[in-house]
Amino acid sequence: MSELLIRNGFVFDPLQGIKGDRMDIGIKGGKIVETSALNNPKTIDAAGMTVMAGGVDIHSHVVGPKVNVGRLFRPEDKLFKSPHKRCSRMEMGSSVPSTFKTGYDYARMGYVFVNEAAMPPLHSPHVHEEIRDTPIIDNAAMPVFGNNWFTLEYLKNNEIENNAAYTAWLLRATRGFGIKVVNPGGSEAWGWGLNCLHIHDPVPYFDITPAEIVKGLIETNERLGLPHSVHLHCNNLGNPGNYTDTLDSLRLAEGYTPKNDFGREQVMHVTHLQFHAYGGDSWKNVESRTKEIMDYVNAHDNITVDMGQVTLDETTTMTADGPFEYHLRAGNNLKWANVDVELETAAGVVPYIYSPKIKASTVQWAVGLELALLAKDPMRIFLTTDHPNAGPFTRYPQVIAWLMSRAARDETMKTFKWLDRTIDATSIDSIDRELTLYEIAQMTRAGPARALGVSNMYGGLAPGMDADIAVYALNPGDMPSDPAGIEKAFSRCAWLVKDGVVTVRDGEVVSEPAKRTVWVDVKVPENAQVQRDIYEHFLRHYSVKLDNYSLFEEHLHNSRVIEVDTT
Amino acid sequence: MPKKVENVGCPYCGVCCDDLVVTVSDDGKKILEVENACAIGNQIFHHATGGERIRLPRLRQPDGTYKDISYEEAVDYAAKVLYNAKKPLIYGFGSTNCEGMAAAAKVAEKAGAVLDNCASICHGSSFLAIFDNGYPSCTLGETKNRADVIVYWGANPAHAHPRHMSRYSIFPRGFFTGKGHKSRKIIVIDPRHTDTAQMADIYLQVKQGHDYELFDAFRAVVRGHEIPDQVAGIKREQIVEVAEILKKARFGTIFYGMGLCHSDGRNHNVDIAISLTRDLNDFTKWTIMAMRGHYNITGPGAVWSWQYGYPYCLDLTKRDIAHMNPGETSSVDLAMRDEVDAFFNVGTDAGAHFPIDAVKHLRKHPWITVDPNINMASEISDLHIPVGIVGVEVPGIVYRMDNVPIQYRKVIDPPEGVISDEELFERIHQRLCELEAEETAKEGAKAAPEGVRAGSEP
Repeated sequence: MSELLIRNGFVFDPLQGIKGDRMDIGIKGGKIVETSALNNPKTIDAAGMTVMAGGVDIHSHVVGPKVNVGRLFRPEDKLFKSPHKRCSRMEMGSSVPSTFKTGYDYARMGYVFVNEAAMPPLHSPHVHEEIRDTPIIDNAAMPVFGNNWFTLEYLKNNEIENNAAYTAWLLRATRGFGIKVVNPGGSEAWGWGLNCLHIHDPVPYFDITPAEIVKGLIETNERLGLPHSVHLHCNNLGNPGNYTDTLDSLRLAEGYTPKNDFGREQVMHVTHLQFHAYGGDSWKNVESRTKEIMDYVNAHDNITVDMGQVTLDETTTMTADGPFEYHLRAGNNLKWANVDVELETAAGVVPYIYSPKIKASTVQWAVGLELALLAKDPMRIFLTTDHPNAGPFTRYPQVIAWLMSRAARDETMKTFKWLDRTIDATSIDSIDRELTLYEIAQMTRAGPARALGVSNMYGGLAPGMDADIAVYALNPGDMPSDPAGIEKAFSRCAWLVKDGVVTVRDGEVVSEPAKRTVWVDVKVPENAQVQRDIYEHFLRHYSVKLDNYSLFEEHLHNSRVIEVDTT
Repeated sequence: MPKKVENVGCPYCGVCCDDLVVTVSDDGKKILEVENACAIGNQIFHHATGGERIRLPRLRQPDGTYKDISYEEAVDYAAKVLYNAKKPLIYGFGSTNCEGMAAAAKVAEKAGAVLDNCASICHGSSFLAIFDNGYPSCTLGETKNRADVIVYWGANPAHAHPRHMSRYSIFPRGFFTGKGHKSRKIIVIDPRHTDTAQMADIYLQVKQGHDYELFDAFRAVVRGHEIPDQVAGIKREQIVEVAEILKKARFGTIFYGMGLCHSDGRNHNVDIAISLTRDLNDFTKWTIMAMRGHYNITGPGAVWSWQYGYPYCLDLTKRDIAHMNPGETSSVDLAMRDEVDAFFNVGTDAGAHFPIDAVKHLRKHPWITVDPNINMASEISDLHIPVGIVGVEVPGIVYRMDNVPIQYRKVIDPPEGVISDEELFERIHQRLCELEAEETAKEGAKAAPEGVRAGSEP
């Protein structure tokens, strides 16, 4: 059994409350062990460096049909050649990287787990094919439920038990991880070219509201006791004045408490909050409403959120919020791809350029950072860019630098064409807070792992957990005076150990250990009604046969199943 | 007792019917009956066990005849051809599974080859339009459940996609379309009065090669502009009537075929079809879809996009970066310029489909065909490697014309000893790695070329 000892690093492990103590970490057989359990380990000298658990990304679009449309229809996104040493496969793409580049780039940043943010259930074999071709990092994928006809019909009739049985069936059929909700009701309305902008707008034909869908899915989730909570992309994304709708959505979680055996403490995760925190009534007078939003989030323990930080890059937006992408293409008149998926969801893809020369972009930039800087508990707000929507994940190190350094923010703000107006419309200039390495570890590992219900395996360094460890060339006692140094250290970790194998050294991939597909298998009592409903819809309305819909075992790669028994 | 295998996917066209029922003989060796398939799909299954199959790779001899060789010898031959070629071309993939495509890409990357698929001579022009203008589309079940107006433009599914109209577009009763055919308006636009046109409520006989103008006229009318008395051979009144139908639809889908992407205008025809779809979404819901030909020709576009970011015409010869430039890196153009020095024809028939001059150039160099059957390409090859028939003897994932992945089954075993495309390419890859290692051991690692760098100090 291979043994490793990471010696003398400054260890940050929020799950155990370790705040930069100089410690040794032992590794044996792919797991973290007490150092006393080692016989003759190879040693990694981490003296003067920062040691954290491997990074955990709670929300990123990395595999699946809409990601692949983004790759396919943007040849211009392959302008740059990879600067890295050649790994076993070629690396292509920038805002929407190839599967290989995705795996390698996450590993270079010290990440080991990435949760695909939206899987259209009908396309699950595609998602799993791409997972197979994404090296190193472990993946989970959340099927979308918020516009699914079964879900809409059950919840309209308040049949939580049936919805729970269907949810369990679909998680198994797609080898999915949890309940994703994107623009509840709105993407179904988009089937007719319509939308649901507010949580009480009825869904055409189905006669249910987004509010009822979200509450019903929270009840379903807690009845099943899934590792992760409902993962919500709110209605009315990306529009000035939408913060009131966001507050309405956040309030839907009131009165619910988490029920699960996985250490999860929230009942709702609200994703890419940056896109949902705008005041004003047009892009001319758009303003930050992060204070109202974060006051609410700070006061309510049963909610977690992630940032969706705008990185001021040219990127490719993609979401199951079909009507939003239609709306966006009318704004920038760039090419637009759309896929409505029968009975389930929709998706759209539009390229987008966030520029320091455009006020809307710089206000969005400030809004994202304000959310994190106003947060009281970094265990409940996570670092994301809603990759690639607000910016590519490869910019996380830059975001970390902005969060840790007022000087880094000021440096960026100097490039804004409409700096005064941005400052007027936001509160970013009045915030001096600089996050610590411990808080960054909370936002990038411990917090997301706990919210996903996987903190017994990922996101921490306690004995028994997976030996996924990132070492960064940063000395907490002697941080670089130039924030670019922070960005550099987080861009290319000094070491990444994945499953006990040295995977990255000095920022270059040196081995490609087998990755895993993490999914949730829920046992529920037999439900003849739901079985019959599934049979009927497949007989009459789907364009594929029921027996060809569920993922065949041979298309699931390196399975790591989390079992939940409700019977 | 003969065994019935249900929910079988059909390895014929892009409709990817997955409701076939195949009866296999007691001993599992013969296909007795195929239910639900069209005449062509039916034939593919019966052919698998009906006639003589090639069971071993065949190598061309100096006297022009073929001699059976082992798979091991064939793998070695193929790997050496790739290893020694400066710019090999690996082309085809209309008729295999995605696992095979992924394995072939691994080989192409290792060998520094050009990797291309049949879209190159088919819907490649659609890709060019999609690069420029996007692709507002949907899955076929959406069309079935919602569409009340269907347009077929430059497509003849009655012959090319026999069950398209009954499964997805004209006839099926869906969730919001309970009356089936009766609740739908069918518009067919084609210079030929095809068998599909027979199904139309409105048939517009567009003047050959003038599709772009007709789209332009529709866009003008939809946006409220005047048009001349006649455009592309169609009277103004009729254009206005159809434009009104398009605008008043609840949900519409434009299915277009090679009549658009391979007549005058090519990608521009598709581009303006997409623009019309965009425009119509300002009034109601419209979608557009390419009538992709083979059952898994959508597959390589998907697989190679997630692996390299390009759907076709991938030049991997630089090894650390892929590039795509149809016209430069497209198979026929490369062949016409005699730019490649080895050719792999995989799951298609370049011998039948390529211009004769292109075939003549390719024929000067080693030509290897990978296909279950004898076809024109296999008959002019230096090496023919038979593989199992996907969907009949080999399972795997294929992508339907709407990009929906369909999991295909195997109904019988391949002829004894015959391997899959995936296994074949994995073995070639393995052999390539061995050849590389042998070379390195012999000569030491390839050093950077010696000499004085331009611009360096004297």
